[in-house]
Amino acid sequence: MNNRETLIWLNSLKCVGCITASKIEKYFGEIRFIWTASAKEIQNMSFINEKIKGLIIKNRNIEYYNRHIEKLKKLDIEVITIYDKKYPDSLKNIYAPPKVLYIKGEFLKENEKSIAIVGARKATAYGRWASEKFATELTQIGISVISGMAKGIDTKAHWGAINNNGRTHGILGCGVDVIYPKSNRELYNKIYNNGSIVSEFPPGTQPLSQNFPQRNRIISGLSLGVIVIEAGEKSGSLITAHHGLDQGKDVFALPGNINSIYSRGTNLLIKDGARVLMDINDILDEIVELKEIKNNNIEKNIKYEDLSEEESIIIKKIVEKPAHCDMIAYECGLNISKVNSILTILEMKGYIKQLPGKIFTVC
Amino acid sequence: MLSKVKTCVLQGLDGYIVDVETDISNGLPCMNLVGLADISIKESKERVRTAIKNSGFDFPLSRITINLAPANLKKEGSQLDLAIAVGILSANDKIKEQNFDKTAFIGELSLDGNINRIEGALPIVISLKELEIERVIIPFENKDECGIIEGVEVIPVKSLEELILYLNNDFEIIPYQIDININEASIKENLKDFSDIKGQHSLKRAMEVAAAGGHNILIIGPPGSGKTMVARRLPTILPSLSFNESLEITKIYSIVGLLEDNSLIKKRPFRSPHHTVSSASLVGGGRKPKPGEVSLSHYGVLFLDELPEFKKQVLEVLRQPMEDGHVTISRVNASLSYPSDFMLVASMNPCPCGYLGDATHECTCSQGSIDRYLGKVSGPLLDRMDIHIEVTPVKYEDLQSKNIKEETSKVIKERVESARKKQIDRYKGKHIYSNSKLSPKLIKKYCDINKEGQDLLENAFKTLNFSARAYNKILKVARTIADLDNKEFIESHHLAEAIQYRSLDRKFWR
Repeated sequence: MNNRETLIWLNSLKCVGCITASKIEKYFGEIRFIWTASAKEIQNMSFINEKIKGLIIKNRNIEYYNRHIEKLKKLDIEVITIYDKKYPDSLKNIYAPPKVLYIKGEFLKENEKSIAIVGARKATAYGRWASEKFATELTQIGISVISGMAKGIDTKAHWGAINNNGRTHGILGCGVDVIYPKSNRELYNKIYNNGSIVSEFPPGTQPLSQNFPQRNRIISGLSLGVIVIEAGEKSGSLITAHHGLDQGKDVFALPGNINSIYSRGTNLLIKDGARVLMDINDILDEIVELKEIKNNNIEKNIKYEDLSEEESIIIKKIVEKPAHCDMIAYECGLNISKVNSILTILEMKGYIKQLPGKIFTVC
Repeated sequence: MLSKVKTCVLQGLDGYIVDVETDISNGLPCMNLVGLADISIKESKERVRTAIKNSGFDFPLSRITINLAPANLKKEGSQLDLAIAVGILSANDKIKEQNFDKTAFIGELSLDGNINRIEGALPIVISLKELEIERVIIPFENKDECGIIEGVEVIPVKSLEELILYLNNDFEIIPYQIDININEASIKENLKDFSDIKGQHSLKRAMEVAAAGGHNILIIGPPGSGKTMVARRLPTILPSLSFNESLEITKIYSIVGLLEDNSLIKKRPFRSPHHTVSSASLVGGGRKPKPGEVSLSHYGVLFLDELPEFKKQVLEVLRQPMEDGHVTISRVNASLSYPSDFMLVASMNPCPCGYLGDATHECTCSQGSIDRYLGKVSGPLLDRMDIHIEVTPVKYEDLQSKNIKEETSKVIKERVESARKKQIDRYKGKHIYSNSKLSPKLIKKYCDINKEGQDLLENAFKTLNFSARAYNKILKVARTIADLDNKEFIESHHLAEAIQYRSLDRKFWR
């Protein structure tokens, strides 16, 4: 058993979390030594309670491990451990990174940029609207939406992404094979097809209330920034926001009515210095990585095969930066009359728009 | 003794023959002038008397009666002096030849007997020719403007004495005739040239299209973007004048006395009245209506710099002359028509401070003041603008970094000429000379577009929020662009370019 396999085995016992795993690793020097350690040695570990010690000793055999792996395969669950190359760098740097991630679906790709949208389960119509709106807008510029698949704000955020054929990831506080809440079965399947369902808890783990604050650090850890749509004064979403702040992420809060108890948490966040979220550009301006992604995606949306050679040259220039028609003509080396007529056609195809002063920019 | 000689007075641009009948009879020496003569003509009595005396002739000490016929026509102008003097000398038997039926005399006398130049000599001679006069005696200094007219003998004379010698066949004067090369002006080196302007290609292109089709153009841009500079260079790319056009312009300039070297005008006029101009000086007026700026820019360019600074009422009077191509001015004394077929070039800032939409300056205007500013240019006036073009100032770095060879006016002008020639050929017999004058009916006939173009236009109207008034303008401008492109039919890329020249129809302006 190597370190990785030992970790998967330990995690499957449902009682060895990342902190305990770290302690064991520290105790033995390398985690794989627990597999071969004597029962006495295990009994000597003072930081683990008796119940867990018993479970470790009882299940320390290759049959149990193989059964577990078989089960994962059957459930179509991918396992990524902290020793794997696929493990996201963004999670390595947070406090108490999860040792093992269980994934259903296609996990975050290498250059995939994502933003977390979180909020209360009990949400107002305003919150649900805003959640879907920002998820939609982020999706349209090619940014994935990460949320917790809970009721209310989370559900709306996921749907916003799915309805626009974007990618979205649900981070669960239970096993990835457990659908919670039950009413989100359809959403669960859609997320599976449009991204991934992720959990640090082994399959079969029930949605225990203590699990949820814990998984929140993963939500913020995987994202470039956290949007808090609505949160009460003691909402779990605020935990996500604080995790985000600890991890050095930008936190955006949707301002709400000061009378609304659902917006007290977000308003407090603003009071404490979170960015006020009024527009998608508030996010794009703050996070530099996203500015680029916006431009790149616009270019991706342009169907160059539908355009003539000259049209392509011109639109490439405009994607770089908004420009006056004269500048476009110089830089492309084309006649101004030609450029003018092409600009009209591109404008009508909906790729570019004209600003006052004959400046052209991509839509 | 009775004598009868002919002369001419002008009403607007049209001349009328006036018979000067002189009778010398016995009685107390006096000189009576009858026939609705203006003060300048009544005064001519003294000039004529002194001039005759100083030319070495005796002034008859008899009762002289002069009638200017027809008696009901108001007569004005000092050009009647010469005819009166000749009439008196003829009645006094100082002139051998007596048949002056086909001869007209025009000229103002000075006291020493010399003949001074007059204003409006060209329209007078042209009218006289049409009224079947065969010989016109004109002041020597007017010979260059009158010498171009064919079909009438133009006899330039310097003094009354010389004229009498000529009439008595003691002195020979050869009828003056000059061949004018209308294109002479273009050979001359121009001080201004389009290549002076660095960059601004879209503006230059819009100017080229405007010049080729005679389209009215509105240039919008912040201060320092080159609006005035480019407008002042417009005459260098305008098509050359035809002889008839030139003659018509010269007639107008002759009346107001603005002929520079007393000869035919060979360049299209470029008038840029200051924005304090009154409506009377813009369209013409006065007790005896004189042509205004709109007529002085006939077949040329009327440039209104800083359009919204003009008084609103002044701008509104432009509408009718622009539509009709002529302007009729009615006053108590006369109601006269002058041609006013000009191309309007106007420039304006986007807002009172000038910097709305400028990247480098902040606009300090309130929305209210911007609305008021733009509101000064009324919809009906905008309706008559075929091309709107926005300009932005060229950055110094851009000027430096780009080593672009700018086109000279000569090159642009060649393209303009060829496009204009196509238009003239196409509209033969329709009495229009450029695309800008097409009526809606003619637009249907000559600006036919194919299915692809139809779709493009329809799409443009949907997506770009154009107002309906843009439709015909786009077609006319597209027609000109097609002419510049040497194409018989309007293609969709011509339409696409024309759509770029409708900035003011875009939503963000209004």
